[in-house]
Amino acid sequence: MAKSKLAWLVPATITGALIPFASIAWRASQHRLGANPIATALNQIGLLSLIFLCASLSCTPLKIAFAWNWPLRVRRTLGLCAFFSVVLHFLVYLILDQNLALGAVLNDVLKRPFIALGFTALVLLVPLALTSSKRAVARLGFRRWQLLHRLAYSIGLLGVLHFYLRVKADHTQPIVYGLVLVLGFALRGLGRLKKSRDLRLRESLRAARSEWG
Amino acid sequence: MRNLPRPPASSEITAPELYARRREFIKTGALYVGTSAALGAGLISLSGLGSADPPTTPAPLPPPASGAAPWRIAKRGQFALGEAQTSYQDITTYNNYYELGFSKSEPASLGFRIKPRPWTLRITGEVEQERTLDIDTLIRWFGLEERVYRMRCVEAWSMVIPWLGFPLADLVKKLAPTSRAKYVRFTTLFDPEQLPNQESHVLSWPYVEGLRVDEAMNPLAFLALGLYGAPLPGQNGAPLRLVVPWKYGFKGGKSLVEIRFQEHQPQTTWNRAAPAEYGFYANVNPAVDHPRWSQASERRIGEFSRRKTLPFNGYAEQVADLYRGLDLTRSF
Repeated sequence: MAKSKLAWLVPATITGALIPFASIAWRASQHRLGANPIATALNQIGLLSLIFLCASLSCTPLKIAFAWNWPLRVRRTLGLCAFFSVVLHFLVYLILDQNLALGAVLNDVLKRPFIALGFTALVLLVPLALTSSKRAVARLGFRRWQLLHRLAYSIGLLGVLHFYLRVKADHTQPIVYGLVLVLGFALRGLGRLKKSRDLRLRESLRAARSEWG
Repeated sequence: MRNLPRPPASSEITAPELYARRREFIKTGALYVGTSAALGAGLISLSGLGSADPPTTPAPLPPPASGAAPWRIAKRGQFALGEAQTSYQDITTYNNYYELGFSKSEPASLGFRIKPRPWTLRITGEVEQERTLDIDTLIRWFGLEERVYRMRCVEAWSMVIPWLGFPLADLVKKLAPTSRAKYVRFTTLFDPEQLPNQESHVLSWPYVEGLRVDEAMNPLAFLALGLYGAPLPGQNGAPLRLVVPWKYGFKGGKSLVEIRFQEHQPQTTWNRAAPAEYGFYANVNPAVDHPRWSQASERRIGEFSRRKTLPFNGYAEQVADLYRGLDLTRSF
């Protein structure tokens, strides 16, 4: 990897991804998160989680749209950042916001649709994080691994819905993140269409060649 | 001949293959630092949207408006709580005033846009005489009384605020509503110049709230003109706002321009936007959850542990009689 021109990309992504968390911790220590610091931290970490989810789900569409390869190099890193952020978001909710009142949390998870959706996303992220290594791909076999990791699409949508249902009146932000995901899905669809068309084109070319040859 | 310094040990000499790649190291380092800094800055600004950092310097107490009635506190101490008061900084930087911004901190930075004088209040509907009152006339009529009230937001946080104003009942009595007046409708300022978010259609503007006349006559219902001994800053509803301490905070319409007495229950803003979530009564009730979150407990601003929410926000003794025979789970 040392020879690779992009060896700095993954370390830079990890460092950059940690900066907003460091910023929240720093501002909290300086009493600069406002009158309700726990709510501010909870909301900002939640939003970071959704940003990482959308970013990791945008890597493939970026490759399709611009024929870039570098997004695929940070896809796993961004996915793991999303997992880290979602876990932190949940811990802030559980410990700081709810003061470990497990009964109240359980009640929330079961009764409040937006919390149930967010919690489902967290649970679904666990197997993806556990099988994020190259070894796991080898162990599962690529087809099965790929099938499992398609869960990421639903996790992204769950994240957007969780945010949408939480907002009181101004739905602009959750809609924007939803559109990012939808655009990504559309590009994937187009990419698949193009691939199969290329395949058909190649086959017909081959057929034509054999006819002439 | 001068002694030359001893040459460095040969082990310290950079290997030629590394020396040859020195430019590459610098470039890679720069790319690493630049990319992580740009990514970090981008993430901070994206995740801060909607919860912008509050101003770090304490908000100054606004001076009394020129031409205003003398600002003298005539009475103190009714309904004292014995609970710590929320700081002036927190009360004036953590606000829900959607017309000034959707985040909690935006209203504080745009509150100056509200011009508190000259200001008039229209009295309309089922009253002896429809009229327009100057705000300073109200201060002269009723004087200023300090009331320390709990404020419980529907979002499950709360504050303790020393308001300055006069009982709504005093005004209602003075206006002599007719026997057909069953409800009071409070209409707040509509002016996109002063309230820029009224250009957006997230809620229907102007913001409208309402009470039953007997609720308005309850000694706790209050019209506030100030807090912490000074005139209300814009973000807290300058120059005149409703305070109904046993109800969720959104009942307290800010920057009031009209009080109307009417026979029918008024259509209120949040109730119209989401009737399943925000009832007309909006009495603080730990037993009736908001459909999306629990109302059983709250975070008092400035405290770490949550508090149990009290029925009628702790004012049951004064107001529970108003709702005798009413099913509070249906009329929430």
